[in-house]
Amino acid sequence: MARMKFICDSERCIECNGCVTACKNEHEVPWGVNRRRVVTLNDGVPGERSISVACMHCSDAPCMAVCPVNCFYRTEEGVVLHDKDTCIGCGYCSYACPFGAPQFPAAGTFGVRGKMDKCTFCAGGPEEHGSQAEFTKYGRNRLAEGKLPACAEMCSTKALLAGDGDVVADILRNRVLKRGKGAEVWGWGTAYGSRQGGQPQGQKS
Amino acid sequence: MRATLVITAALFGLAACGESPQTANRVKQDAALFQGTGKAAPFQAGGWKAGDRTSWEQQLKTRAQQGQNDYAKVN
Repeated sequence: MARMKFICDSERCIECNGCVTACKNEHEVPWGVNRRRVVTLNDGVPGERSISVACMHCSDAPCMAVCPVNCFYRTEEGVVLHDKDTCIGCGYCSYACPFGAPQFPAAGTFGVRGKMDKCTFCAGGPEEHGSQAEFTKYGRNRLAEGKLPACAEMCSTKALLAGDGDVVADILRNRVLKRGKGAEVWGWGTAYGSRQGGQPQGQKS
Repeated sequence: MRATLVITAALFGLAACGESPQTANRVKQDAALFQGTGKAAPFQAGGWKAGDRTSWEQQLKTRAQQGQNDYAKVN
């Protein structure tokens, strides 16, 4: 199996925020925390594009590199997860992340930053799979249930694709061939290091 | 007097030996995802067997194709 990856097809995203709602509902994410959100580029201008953004589970994740307590780990499938029992809520990961994925709930009376929270690719965390502890800290573990992330499965236009990198890349390739445009995959090069159209050789993103 | 001083100095000198290390704990081990959650349907999708990596991988690939590849459905 290849790595697990997200693709957002900006030709299809209609900014319905179904992915955001599905995520919040599936994991019972608290107020103030959005593991996924929809960003619109050139809003109101003809040709505007929307993209759904969350943790991209980078191949060379900057959050992992900067974490002072080394609370991140990567599963065999390439999903970047973290241990909330080790996290100290310093916020370095949020500065390092190019996608703004790490979120910090305002847990205290005076808005003290709590433990970092982010998209888990619906793969839970370092607790017993399917346990209440895992759900409370990290949300539902859909991958261990044989399912794919709720955001992608609930996407009404199938703009957001999630799953085995080879499979989702093949689905997008087929689409691009049929419609003859829209091959640019936003964030793909930044997260996975592949060369994008119009990008000079040797550049990572 | 001298003995008291020596004992006091020794106590101060050995004080650090009783400190517990303050290094961060390592990340807890996480079980492989193909091990499943141990729950029955409908909480666990059918078509694969918990603990069998090959069937789990195939289940996710099939689910991605069936759920996300609309060209395969339409054409």
